[in-house]
Order: sequence, then C-alpha cells, then structure tokens
Amino acid sequence: MSLTVLNVIAAVVIAIAFAAANAAYLVWAERRGAARIQRRPGPNINGPFGLLQPPIDGIKLMTKQLMIPGGADKILFMVAPVLAMAPAIMSFVTIPFSEGIVARNMDIGVLMIFAFASLGAMAILFAGWGSRNKYSVMASVRAVSQNVSYEIPMLITAITVIMVNGSMDLKAISLAQAGGFWHWNIFPSLQSPLMPVSFIIFFICSLAETNRAPFDLGEAESELVAGFHTEYGSMGFGLFFMGEYANIVIGASLTTLLFLGGWGCPFGLFPGVWWFLLKIYLLIATFIWIRWTFPRTTIYGLLNLSWKILIPISLFNLLLTAGLLKVF
Amino acid sequence: MGGYFSEIFYGSKSLLIGMGITFREFFKPTVTVQYPYQTLKMTARYRGHIELLADEEGNPKCVACGMCQRACPSGCISLDSVSVDVEVDGKAKKKKVLSKYDLDFTKCSLCGQCVESCNFGAIDFSKEYNLASTRKEDFHFNLLQRLKRSEEKNT
Repeated sequence: MSLTVLNVIAAVVIAIAFAAANAAYLVWAERRGAARIQRRPGPNINGPFGLLQPPIDGIKLMTKQLMIPGGADKILFMVAPVLAMAPAIMSFVTIPFSEGIVARNMDIGVLMIFAFASLGAMAILFAGWGSRNKYSVMASVRAVSQNVSYEIPMLITAITVIMVNGSMDLKAISLAQAGGFWHWNIFPSLQSPLMPVSFIIFFICSLAETNRAPFDLGEAESELVAGFHTEYGSMGFGLFFMGEYANIVIGASLTTLLFLGGWGCPFGLFPGVWWFLLKIYLLIATFIWIRWTFPRTTIYGLLNLSWKILIPISLFNLLLTAGLLKVF
Repeated sequence: MGGYFSEIFYGSKSLLIGMGITFREFFKPTVTVQYPYQTLKMTARYRGHIELLADEEGNPKCVACGMCQRACPSGCISLDSVSVDVEVDGKAKKKKVLSKYDLDFTKCSLCGQCVESCNFGAIDFSKEYNLASTRKEDFHFNLLQRLKRSEEKNT
C-alpha cells in the first residue's frame, strides 16, 4: 500500500474514533450536567464518577437485536442511520484542529461542511418515511422544516463572516483572527459592527440544526413518542445518537473557527490544539446548559423565530456589512 | 415595529434570567438520597405494618385480651394465648401469656383500629417499608417471632 492510502485510512480511523469517543463521553457529560442542574448526582455507579457508563451503554446497544418493523421500507430504514452518521464524520475531514492538525484543508471548507450538514435532514426524512409509523413521519416533517428554515440564517451569517475575512478556507479564517481575543470575529469591527448579533444567530442556528432542546421538535417525546427514531433500537438508534453528538461537535467547532479565533489563544500565547478543544468544549457545555434550562418550544414558535426574527436580522446584517466593506 | 424589538429584548432577557437560575443550581449540593446505599429515617407518624412492643424485660406488653383481633375490620390479626403458673407476692397465680400473634398483611388496610383499640399500648406501627415480594406467604408475619428477633438484636 502506498503512503497516501495509509494516510487516508489513518485520517478516517481517527475521525471515526474522535466522533465516537465524543458521542460516548458527551452523553456522559450531558447526563452529569443535567443531573447537577436538577440537583441529582447523575450516573455515578459504574466506575469513578460513572465514567464507565458510556462503554457499558455501547455494549448494550451493540448486543441488541436490530428490529425492522413490518411494512417498513427496508432499504431506507437501514440507510437512514448510516446517513446520519457518515456526513458528520466527513465534516471532520476539513475541520482544522490547529495549524498542522487537519486531515484535508480545502479552500471551500465552509461550503463543504454546510453541504454535508444539509444531508442530515435527508437522514431524518428517510428514517421517518421508512419507519411506517405516523409519529415518525410527523416528526421527520417537523425536523426537516426546522432544518431548512434554520439553515438559511446560519448560511447568511456564515456569508457575513466569509465576506469580512475574504476566504472560505477555515484555516485562513482562523489565522486571520490570530493574536489575541480583540482580533476575534465575535467582536464588532468597523466593517461589521453587528458581529456579536451574528454570533448569537449562528449559535441559535447551530442549536436548531443539531435538533437540540429547546428546538428538539424532531423527537418531542411528549408528543411523538421518540420522534423519527421511534422504531429504531440497537445500533440503528446508536448511530443516530452518535450522529447527533458528532453534529454538536461540528457545530461547536464551526462556531469556534468562524467567531472565536479557532486555535488561537485569547492572549496571543501558545496557540495550539488545546485552545481549540477548550473552546469547543466550553461551547458544548453551554449547549448542555441551554438544553436543561429551557422547555421545548412549539413548532410555530420555532419557525416564527427563524423566519420573522433571525432571517430579517441576518439579512440586514449582511447588507450592512456589504455596504461598510465598500466604505472602509 | 416597536413591539417587535421589545418582544425580542424582553424575550432574550427572560431567557438569560432562566440560564442564571440553572447556573446557580448547578453549584448547589445534590439533594437525592442514593437509595440502596442510603436510606431515609421514616417519620414518627409513618404507618408500616403493626408490630408488638416489648416491656422492660423484653417480653411482649400484650396481655392477649384480643381487642385488636375484634377491632380489625379485615380480620388480619389472629392471636392465641396459654395459661402459665406464676408466683406473684408469694401466691401461685394463673396468667395468660401470648403464644401466637400472626398478621396477614395482604388484607391489612393500615386503618389503625388495632392500635387505637389496644388498652395496653402493646402494638404500634412499624417503620418497615422494604416489603416487595412475589409470594403472598411473605406477607404473613409472625409478630411474636419478629419481636424476639429485634430484642435479640438490641441486647
């Protein structure tokens, strides 16, 4: 085997391992965080601080039988969980963890990540349609309408950042913010005075894109049993779960790269992968914190938030930035 | 138009207040009891199944009058006694001594009529609540034996 093939295999294995490890231990972090907010201890029996809970859960999921409900569309039913997981792993390929740690840097990195993130909606649609379950269909219709409507403000804010930095290369965007937190995109600049607002819009959209509470209309347990994965058990469900958490990591990484200076240190010292990891895990902690604070919104409230508030504001922001870029 | 922006403003403000509350709760100590490892002390007025109480010498206070048996609306109590010869102030006397006190807890509704009717304060509610079982025989309690066991444990 040539060295390139080995490189590719190593990159894929590392990406899958990173996604799986994150999925497993973010579930643990989520359960511990939720428990702390509700003043419970959370999982604490298996191992110190319950740290052996994720591998045990994994074994349980993998040893269960994969049931396909009668009348289900077998192909779509089997394809959907893989389709939920695969784009998430693909997106890791182009995310630069630091200047040297990136599987394949592309000059259209942002575009590629958004393209693969859009595939997630297809997975949900397939899962809902293939299950032959009315709850699943309703949930997937909701989730897809939500994903479509939140992709628009997310892309518009991303375009704003791309216009300011003049590049779609995640590495270049991150390097442009190097050397101290005052260079970060989150702070207002002459070209784009509404950058904090862009950051908040982008953050809300990444919450909604990953189907997290308070926007988890796709799996609203109180109304739709378990949403689009009602009929999934075993590793089918496991893959959806892993895909969801991998998407959370990608959302946090993208927010970090676009707004929080990527792997740059806030004080310009020792830039490196540790700052990147610190930033994404802080963002994920905020995701968990938000999830366990707010109740689920209604589907109307959710769509109104996107179409009536986020899209007009992000469009105004885009126009303002475009105008100011001409002036300054 | 003014309503539009004030709605956004007050909405965001209330969201931040909510996040502040959960942030504070995060750092407060946990309040749950880790059940199999920790147990709560039952309150004074907790009604478990009834139990016999002992006098200072460790014998049941019960004089086997049978008032509780008659008071029970469900007929869960069955007791029996034997006569034994005892010496009180130098004179030989016959005394009734409790020989059997069975409780069929499957029928008991915890009304407390037995405890009310007892003139000697010989029965009371226990604080027992770990009573799950798949066989109904496990709920036929021999209270005399139970008392003996708890006395042995105390001494």
